[in-house]
Amino acid sequence: MLCDVCGKNPATVHLTEIIEGKIIEVHLCEDCAKKKTEEFQKQFNIADFLSELVDIDSLDKITLSELSCPNCGLSYEEFKNKGRLGCAECYSAFKDKLTPLLRKIHGSLRHRGKVPKLEMRKELSREERIKELKQHLERAVRLEEYEEAARIRDEIKQLEAEKTKKNKRSNKRSNKK
Amino acid sequence: MILEDLLNKPGEWFKGKGPDANIIISSRIRLARNLVDIPFPKRMKPPQVEKLFERIRQAQEKSNFLRGFEFLKGTEISPLDREFLLERHLVSQEYVNYSQDKALLLRRDEVCSIMVNEEDHLRIQVIKSGFDLQDTWEIANRVEEEFSKTLNFAFSLNLGFLTSCPTNVGTGMRASCMLHLPGLIMTKRINRVLELISKLSFTTRGFFGEGTQAIGNFFQVSNQLTLGLSETEILSNLSGIIKQLKNQELQAREYMLSRYRLSLEDKICRALGVLKNCRLISSSETLSHLSLLRLGIDLGIIKNLDTELLNYLFIMIQPAHLQKIYKKSLSHQERDSIRAELLREKLERVYIR
Ligand SMILES: [Zn+2]
Ligand SMILES: [Zn+2]
Repeated sequence: MLCDVCGKNPATVHLTEIIEGKIIEVHLCEDCAKKKTEEFQKQFNIADFLSELVDIDSLDKITLSELSCPNCGLSYEEFKNKGRLGCAECYSAFKDKLTPLLRKIHGSLRHRGKVPKLEMRKELSREERIKELKQHLERAVRLEEYEEAARIRDEIKQLEAEKTKKNKRSNKRSNKK
Repeated sequence: MILEDLLNKPGEWFKGKGPDANIIISSRIRLARNLVDIPFPKRMKPPQVEKLFERIRQAQEKSNFLRGFEFLKGTEISPLDREFLLERHLVSQEYVNYSQDKALLLRRDEVCSIMVNEEDHLRIQVIKSGFDLQDTWEIANRVEEEFSKTLNFAFSLNLGFLTSCPTNVGTGMRASCMLHLPGLIMTKRINRVLELISKLSFTTRGFFGEGTQAIGNFFQVSNQLTLGLSETEILSNLSGIIKQLKNQELQAREYMLSRYRLSLEDKICRALGVLKNCRLISSSETLSHLSLLRLGIDLGIIKNLDTELLNYLFIMIQPAHLQKIYKKSLSHQERDSIRAELLREKLERVYIR
């Protein structure tokens, strides 16, 4: 039997490959087999996979090139090419673009797994922080520092919003059980 | 040094022990985690790499559990040792290729290895021999929790653990089992089975994870989805699929035995014949014969061959292992002859029923 690739040397290596969920048998000579193994190591490229997915979304090229993460500076273009995000903030910076992508990859947009203990502690300290801020607010109003009062009010609002969001999530989760 | 100790004993995952270890070689869990205030590896600058290493070492110092791990900087591991670790499935190809800014935490029993600054800041990997996903998960979870006592992981309530690649976001968990499926290959049922697996959003890969080559009838099946399911759900879905695969494989073997017993025995006996007598042999030829010996043990045809030794042979005949065992660098041709020598020696007392 001759090598499937070069067709010259006798095939001594017989491989079974999994390609798109199908098994295919390949017969190769020693040289071509070596080349093939090297190829394998480069082949699996998530960036290609991602850029394919992203292209489906027919994104607006102009706004895309301007979009970048304020924290690490990664542009969305760069993410599209390399398939890797730059930092935790990228997830909020590219939220509009990532949402359809994540839905396509995972079929879901909601984490249902483990929550780190630290996150739970944050939840507790949020409660304490709101109490504290309310006292500050009263004082600011008393002293007629309205600008400061408005700032504190907004911060409390935001914390309250985070809290209710969290509660809704955990309610939903316990309803499911 | 720790790496020299490893050579002399088979690692945890090729012990051939644990539930259903004849078909399900090993169970593996990988957790991806990142620190919240340092950019992901691809965007890091050298001082941040140092900062990351320092944080990890501090976390390690503060935990009795983690203190048992050896911390090895990538630059301290020679290229041969990197290949050696890859062959033992303790690091990834990416780690081997770009090790300068990476580190490795390794436990002596090889159950757990942690890559620092690979695609994510932490890649916690736990491998156990046999079909034991639950235990494997518990160890991985314990390691993660020890780190999270001191480290603040990038996490969002909606998206879970934030990872460098969006395909890992959520649990950051990849769970997999390595299966030996010669029966499904020989009966050509494997295609249908693999198609089904991919329809269920699970991925199949070959012996070394990366790439797709199915060496020695080994298959690694892992979850594809990491978001929208809890760890427990992912594990129980995977378990279900693995059990199915095991039953399918057993059925295929029974079918082969009832219809083609003689030709199957012939194949197995010839494989032993080649391995005991060859003078030059490539690693891919070795792997396919070793796979038949494995089947031969399961079917009671091959005698006096310890499963642990057989499993270790799959690893020992790889280039880096050969070079470490014989303590010299070997050319391609030399390897083939040394490999044959090693096989003849290790299989000397193996016989056919
Ligand atoms: Zn060829
Ligand atoms: Zn960023």
